[in-house]
Amino acid sequence: MVFANPAVVSAGLDLEASFTDLLQGLGLSPGAAHLLWLPLPMLTVLVAAVVGVLVNVWLERKISAAVQQRIGPEYAGALGILQPLADGLKLLFKEDVIPARADGLLFTLGPVLVLVPVILSWLVVPFGQNLLISNVGVGIFLWISLSSIQPIGLLMAGYASNNKYSLLGGLRAAAQSISYEIPLALAVLAVVMMSNSLSTVDIVDQQTGAGILSWNIWRQPVGFAIFWICALAECERLPFDLPEAEEELVAGYQTEYAGMKFALFYLGSYINLVLSALLVSVLYLGGWGFPLPVEWIVHLTGQPIDAPLVQVITATTGIVMTVLKAYLLVFFAILLRWTVPRVRIDQLLDLGWKFLLPIALVNLLVTAGLKLAFPAFFGG
Amino acid sequence: MTIASSAQLICFTVLSAVVAIGALGVVLLPNIVYSAFLLGGVFLSVAGLYLLLNASFVAAAQVLVYVGAVNVLILFAIMLVNKKEDLSAIPGLGVRRLLSGAVCAGLFALLLRVAFTTPWATPGPEPVGEEATIRIGEHLFSDYLLPFELASVLLLMAMIGAIVLARRDVLTADIATGEPADQGLIEKSRTPLLLEKTN
Repeated sequence: MVFANPAVVSAGLDLEASFTDLLQGLGLSPGAAHLLWLPLPMLTVLVAAVVGVLVNVWLERKISAAVQQRIGPEYAGALGILQPLADGLKLLFKEDVIPARADGLLFTLGPVLVLVPVILSWLVVPFGQNLLISNVGVGIFLWISLSSIQPIGLLMAGYASNNKYSLLGGLRAAAQSISYEIPLALAVLAVVMMSNSLSTVDIVDQQTGAGILSWNIWRQPVGFAIFWICALAECERLPFDLPEAEEELVAGYQTEYAGMKFALFYLGSYINLVLSALLVSVLYLGGWGFPLPVEWIVHLTGQPIDAPLVQVITATTGIVMTVLKAYLLVFFAILLRWTVPRVRIDQLLDLGWKFLLPIALVNLLVTAGLKLAFPAFFGG
Repeated sequence: MTIASSAQLICFTVLSAVVAIGALGVVLLPNIVYSAFLLGGVFLSVAGLYLLLNASFVAAAQVLVYVGAVNVLILFAIMLVNKKEDLSAIPGLGVRRLLSGAVCAGLFALLLRVAFTTPWATPGPEPVGEEATIRIGEHLFSDYLLPFELASVLLLMAMIGAIVLARRDVLTADIATGEPADQGLIEKSRTPLLLEKTN
């Protein structure tokens, strides 16, 4: 499963090369073979993202039930594992209502603008050294800039619904999104400073070497906390789900939405949660890295590192580790949701602007100082 | 023509059309909310053009700054003050439109002339691609240091100005208690403000 530029891969398995070779063997031109290859990694990641959401919905239902000492879904499949599918089908068959005085065009465009940037951001999520759609140079910065498009979709949905709760919810969502983006970007900047690169692959590479000891969480504990808080706020998860605070705003910007358009919001928020968890694991928890250095284990078995079997095993471990770390964080987020109460809007903005922003700036400054003082440990 | 170059040509055509039509819509549409959303579309398409020019960092920065910050703030401002009121018709609207149209046409003709008479070096300089981020950083901290710092001073001035405008009651106190007026958020419940200037 090698998705990236084959020039980077010196030896071992290269799925792209074998796939295009196979097609060329069937008589296709190299260009056409390449064109047929292009959508495959994208579709794989899209399917992975949607399956991730289904798992997420099931986890949310089951864990919330466990927290409240209920059983949760149990009739749809074993342990209610088909419940998310049933939810999705229900939303698919529901009537698609556009309120009479609403602005139909913007009403439809809003959810799309919320979902598309989130899905595009999966472009830079690495599941292994070469297991990502595109190792773009701007990497993590692409995610930050794409996630800044989302508030426009939220404002659009809030405005087009022609409903005061929707408008207030949309404005709140946009305000929250903007104010938490700044500490988030500063926390990312500290990590980028240590790895000397914006590329997600380089960021993970910089955390390999000593297994769990070389993960960024030990060097950036403050940054990790800031990033996690901001990521929760960006995903509108409790304790920061003010844009859809039921007691105050009915359901915020999604109040007027039903059927598939509501499902797009739903999908977007869960894909965003999985994406944020994946990026936390990439930035701070060593990405696809195993707690023990893989090279060391492979060396013990006496196999060459680029033997096909070893490559398949390390790639599988990488995917499993990335997903495992991400879902541990998702589990943590769900537990948080059912544990802590919602903050007030003024507390939310105070926390963002008066606490997280200064802390993030200090963290950046300290990281820069440590990088100059101990270049061996903080990326020279 | 290879697949890559034809894809590039299609993307360029579509993006340019979106930029041109969107920009016209921003100016010509009567509904200011549509104009603001279209402006976001125009900014995004310009970012797409940067991507076609292999300037991915500039494209991402364009999206972050113009779409994520400028356009969102414009929308915020519009939605917070969006009163549904019919403005009274300005006298001589037709003449005004004609005049502004003439000015725009003149400017367009000037730009066209510049575009056609300038000896563009084609093909342009070799794109640096992924190295661009490093090159931009080097430039910002060497030969473009002064403009970079001046821009930050400008932003600081704008920020202070905005704070002063937003907090006009900075020099005021509550008449009832004589205490300085609370600068808390509007959503907080509190006694109605009776404010006057202290001398």
